[in-house]
Amino acid sequence: MGQATQAPGSRTDPGVAGPGPAAGPASRVTLALRWLRLVAGVVPFGIYVTLGLLLPMIAVAVGAFQNNDGGFTFSNVSAATHGIYLKGFWQSIILSLLTSVIPGILGLLIAYAIFTAKRGKVLRQVAITAAGVFANFGGVPLAFLFIATLGSSGLVSQWLTSLGFNPYDHGFTLYSLTGVVVVYLYFQIPLMVLVILPALEGLRPAWREAAENLGARTWEYWRYVGGPVLLPSFLGCVLLLFGSALSAYATTEALTNGTIPLTAIQIGSFLNGNVIAGQENIGKALGLGMVVIIAIAMIVYVVMQRRAARWLR
Amino acid sequence: MVAVARGGSGGIGPPRRGGFRGVVPPGRYSTTWRWAVLLVTAVYFLLPLWAALRFAGIGAFGSVISESGFTSSLALSVRLAAITTLVTIALMLPTAVYVHLRLPKLRRLLEGITILPLVIPPVVLIVGVLAIAPGFIKSTPLLLALEYVILAMPFAYRAIDAGLRALDLKTIVEAAGSLGAGWGSTLWRVLLPNLRTALLPATVLTVALVLGEFTMASLALYQTFPVWIYVNSQTSGQVSVAASLLALFVTWIVLLAITVLGSRQSRKTGGGEVTLFTVAPTETRGD
Repeated sequence: MGQATQAPGSRTDPGVAGPGPAAGPASRVTLALRWLRLVAGVVPFGIYVTLGLLLPMIAVAVGAFQNNDGGFTFSNVSAATHGIYLKGFWQSIILSLLTSVIPGILGLLIAYAIFTAKRGKVLRQVAITAAGVFANFGGVPLAFLFIATLGSSGLVSQWLTSLGFNPYDHGFTLYSLTGVVVVYLYFQIPLMVLVILPALEGLRPAWREAAENLGARTWEYWRYVGGPVLLPSFLGCVLLLFGSALSAYATTEALTNGTIPLTAIQIGSFLNGNVIAGQENIGKALGLGMVVIIAIAMIVYVVMQRRAARWLR
Repeated sequence: MVAVARGGSGGIGPPRRGGFRGVVPPGRYSTTWRWAVLLVTAVYFLLPLWAALRFAGIGAFGSVISESGFTSSLALSVRLAAITTLVTIALMLPTAVYVHLRLPKLRRLLEGITILPLVIPPVVLIVGVLAIAPGFIKSTPLLLALEYVILAMPFAYRAIDAGLRALDLKTIVEAAGSLGAGWGSTLWRVLLPNLRTALLPATVLTVALVLGEFTMASLALYQTFPVWIYVNSQTSGQVSVAASLLALFVTWIVLLAITVLGSRQSRKTGGGEVTLFTVAPTETRGD
């Protein structure tokens, strides 16, 4: 607490006060002082974000272009965009696309089902708490859960085998890309439900009633009312899922033992020190690459948002 | 920046007050598809839990607790959760209030900044943090707690922001000021009780995040509970599956406890219904 206590004019005018017109010919110094006092309340937050977020990211970006003696070099970036690392980027992007679009659609469907349920108050409470837990449940524990379920001798695999359908005879394995996607749904769907619910709250029942009174059928309601209202939030949420999938890696590593090389795993191995001396900064170049991928995803998002805006008209 | 950034505010349309409970009048639309969807979802989420329970057996839970490192790693995780929650609220609440009151133009900027940790991969962030953090802080768990505050910011800010929008902030603060309260006591004795319903979801999400976080903890070499499960998994399959289930249950119980306690508190103070993202104050304030 406390940081904002030294905020300006606390006792006399704790209300809303913009910079306001300066009374009389205020000197530049007074104006500067007034401005300083105005922003003083956000200084602690600014310092915190600078130290905890901004400086580390700058360190990564700078380190990506430095050799071990601190001199400028492109070799890290060039190493990071070739061979095994390039493959890592591709695998990461494919996996993240699959595990953002599929759970995005499923999560929307589930959130809508929860949201519109009759006497849904209790169901919503349970579902939202559960979503909060599952969305943060990942990594090794999750991998174990699914090995016990869908692993070659897992419970569900055994059930299916006793029904005469052994999934492992039909090309399915938990330790492949398909398997990883199935596992990712376990935390991506809850995340989608969590973030899309507020947008669903913006969808008024009255709109649907109004549409029906005007003779709209269900698909027309979704095409002209519900869809356009939800689309921007939906795209934003899918972008968020993309970021979450891109940074998740412990699950994949535990499941596949590195047969699917992901960029996040590769960065981790640089930190764990399993690399040849003198190549540490390649990890930073890979990190920069991930940030670039996210930035591209955001640009795609903005473009789609614009398209959507045109479609809405 | 990102549409979801407006989470909690309802995004579209005029701000909710009292909340649109959004329930379609009964009997109007088909409900079979809804129950089919919910059933499939329930099966997908519960089946792995059941399978893991069967695999581990009840006996394994006993041996988890007696395993070395269990208590210390769980204690570390809980401590981290407490520190992170306190620092997050102490940092975000005054900032959000201040920006709402005095610098409303900065609100979009604040939204933009606080969404960043959601899109920057933690594995990249920790690389940078380890590169610049001074040695004395690396040896204490404080480093991890301070970075978790950054990770928790997106949800915490959104929850607090939604709560602030639902209040008549200006009137409340002016009333407090005219009764002689300074900023400190306005925050502590007036706004904090009023925002309890908004702080609850912020707390719940922060705690869930800290108890489940693996990437940063393992790369910064701290043995939190998730890391301990991983390290321990090499010894016995059954025990580590049991530990995984335990991790899930512990998180769930902690969250339920927070929600129940918070709801009781907010009922006492006349707050609204408590959910994770929606804050619907009952119209008792102000007059």
